[in-house]
Amino acid sequence: MTAMSMVQAINSALDCTMERDPSVLVMGEDVGYFGGVFRCTEGLYDKYGAHRALDTPIAEGGIVAAAIGMGVNGLRPVVEMQFADYIYPAIDQIISELARLRHRSGGEFWAPVVVRAPSGGGIRGGQTHSQSPEGIFTHVCGLKTVMPSNPYDAKGLLISAIEDDDPVMFFEPKRIYNGPFYGHKNGYDGPSTWAAHDAGEVPEGHYTVPLGKANVLREGKEVTVLAYGTMVHVAEAAIAHSGVDAELIDLRTLLPLDMETVAASVQKTGRCVVIHEATRTSGYGAELVAEVQEQCFWHLRAPVERVTGWDCPYPHAFEWEYFPSRERISEALKRAAACD
Amino acid sequence: MGSLEQKQESRSTEYSNKLFVPSASSRPGDKPSFEAHGISRAGELDRPDLSVEASATFDLAHGLVRVLDDEGRAVGPWAPSLTSQQLRVGLRHMLHVRAYDDRMFRMQRQGKLSFYMKCTGEESVAVAQAMALEGGDMLFPTYRQQGLLFVRGRPVVDMMCHCISNAGDNLKGRQMPVFYSWKEGNFFSISGNLATQYSQAVGWAMASAYKGEDHIASAWVGDGSTAEADVHNAMLFAATYKAPVLLNVVNNQWAISTPQSFASTGTTFAARGLGFNIPSVRVDGNDFLAVYAVTEWAAARAREGHGPTFVELFTHRVEGHSTSDNPEGYRAKDEAEAWPLGDPVERLKQHLIQLGEWSEEQHVELEAELKASVTEDWKAAIALGTLEEGPHWPVASMFEDVCKEMPEHLVRQQAKMGGAA
Repeated sequence: MTAMSMVQAINSALDCTMERDPSVLVMGEDVGYFGGVFRCTEGLYDKYGAHRALDTPIAEGGIVAAAIGMGVNGLRPVVEMQFADYIYPAIDQIISELARLRHRSGGEFWAPVVVRAPSGGGIRGGQTHSQSPEGIFTHVCGLKTVMPSNPYDAKGLLISAIEDDDPVMFFEPKRIYNGPFYGHKNGYDGPSTWAAHDAGEVPEGHYTVPLGKANVLREGKEVTVLAYGTMVHVAEAAIAHSGVDAELIDLRTLLPLDMETVAASVQKTGRCVVIHEATRTSGYGAELVAEVQEQCFWHLRAPVERVTGWDCPYPHAFEWEYFPSRERISEALKRAAACD
Repeated sequence: MGSLEQKQESRSTEYSNKLFVPSASSRPGDKPSFEAHGISRAGELDRPDLSVEASATFDLAHGLVRVLDDEGRAVGPWAPSLTSQQLRVGLRHMLHVRAYDDRMFRMQRQGKLSFYMKCTGEESVAVAQAMALEGGDMLFPTYRQQGLLFVRGRPVVDMMCHCISNAGDNLKGRQMPVFYSWKEGNFFSISGNLATQYSQAVGWAMASAYKGEDHIASAWVGDGSTAEADVHNAMLFAATYKAPVLLNVVNNQWAISTPQSFASTGTTFAARGLGFNIPSVRVDGNDFLAVYAVTEWAAARAREGHGPTFVELFTHRVEGHSTSDNPEGYRAKDEAEAWPLGDPVERLKQHLIQLGEWSEEQHVELEAELKASVTEDWKAAIALGTLEEGPHWPVASMFEDVCKEMPEHLVRQQAKMGGAA
């Protein structure tokens, strides 16, 4: 085991899979010679060559299309979108092509492409470097959508994603690339670096964390909290702040969703709060709330509440008012716990 | 902030318009006039070495490679060395496609198919190109290259079964008619989202080079869909990585009702390749020999490591876009008669007759034979099920192939649909 940041863990996942399988390559803007703007592909160019750490033109639609063609021809491309916000020019290739190729060809053709994308706010990125578009992709049949919250999961999930024969959208919460984040100036004294965090202990070699399995991070009796990515850590701080005995579930994979773990928890606590950074209306949280009420309705003792980003573009100057804060989550937990 | 409010007021006087809007080869009631940029004489253009630089293909990109002259003779440096037997095979495939199109169009009109698309007048594009490529080369077609399947030997019954979504459809009833896929024949699944396959083909070719293999990819796109960003992406990636790929533009003059002038920017399509530093050739798409020769040359270039070639196939969509389209609403009724480059079947027939290798009688006989065989194929196809009556694939099969293994939520939905399956 080695202490790794999320960036190092992702780099290690790429390194492990590239070492084991010559059909795996990484491709994207600045991923080759330079090693990526967030450094996730550092060293791969020197170790595996320019063709396996492939710098590309700035054309996201072209990058994904090329990856699809490569996937059809036996390779396992891992695409990096420099920011999740840049993914939209590739939407047609992802939704109409990558996601549906296996189905539309009656199983004749498929492309095992992973699309990695740093997502989410908290880095003063304004509206074009802070978005959380995961809900767009969970709405698409044929895609798997993943968002890890720590280095250990990031490496294990990414290896699973690369070895999976279906396309996977892999969102990386960039606010926690280099350390956990519990919300803006909220005084929570959790570990401030990945080196000091249990989940920053990462095996150097190959291992997997299965897709489609959630992780119960904290057991509790009063409220189930469903979160993923950066919000897992903010929720942890909010639980401590609120004094509510909450059960915290890190979903890890959004689709396919581990509804078994979710339902078991909500049926136990009778209350549920859903948290995500993405905008609220038609967001992934709505799907969670719908599934929870459908499968746990007779166990519920409180309305299922969402704490999310607001329905406006991510603002540069008002980042911490927009970002779901410890206080907003904490209030929601207390409101839920007060219902009986 | 009210002072910043933008007001849109309606005007009572006309603007003095200066916006240019392109025109068409004809509109209903017009005398057709094709923008025939540089229709070269047969044999006029040079055939350069395989290692030619893009800048040296200016004449090829602005002229028109033609082999068959007005008397049906093969002339000039592009004349391919094809035996008369190969030429007869090519003619047979084109006539077979035509017989198939005719049958399927009529079946659509009788309500047996939901939709159909013919390639009348441009059969030589897919047939000659497929004959010039190798079996291991990967094809990324549009919906108007059914000729590729005939050359590669796909059973016609299987194609029909797909078009009527019956139990014999290899696509399990998931795709509209003519959106074929045939892995065994290295024929990629056709998408309804135009041009997406163009840049995927480049990725396929890049992977071939990555693996050190000699197979190449060939992709097709129409004149209208060259406007898509995927085409720009394909050309840029192909040029950047010198991918072993043929990027073909089938310029059949029309994108449903929109003329090629809305994508050609007043020059040839082939000319666009030069800006990407890709050697580019414009070829008479109705000249079987010229299409074969240019494709053979471009494929050899790709196989020998010289990278992509951009090929414009200059042809004419004789019929409507599809069975859902009536071209009389937007172009002159007699436009096909004014088309200057003739019919590909007639031109190859004339060439073979001129060589003493074919006759009118043989031609009529072959047409009758193919018509009968397509009729037999249709009977065999509907014996496996019809669109309206079935049998189809089991309904529950729609949940399959969404993922490699069916995820839990789909298992639940499949069970919920229950009895219907």
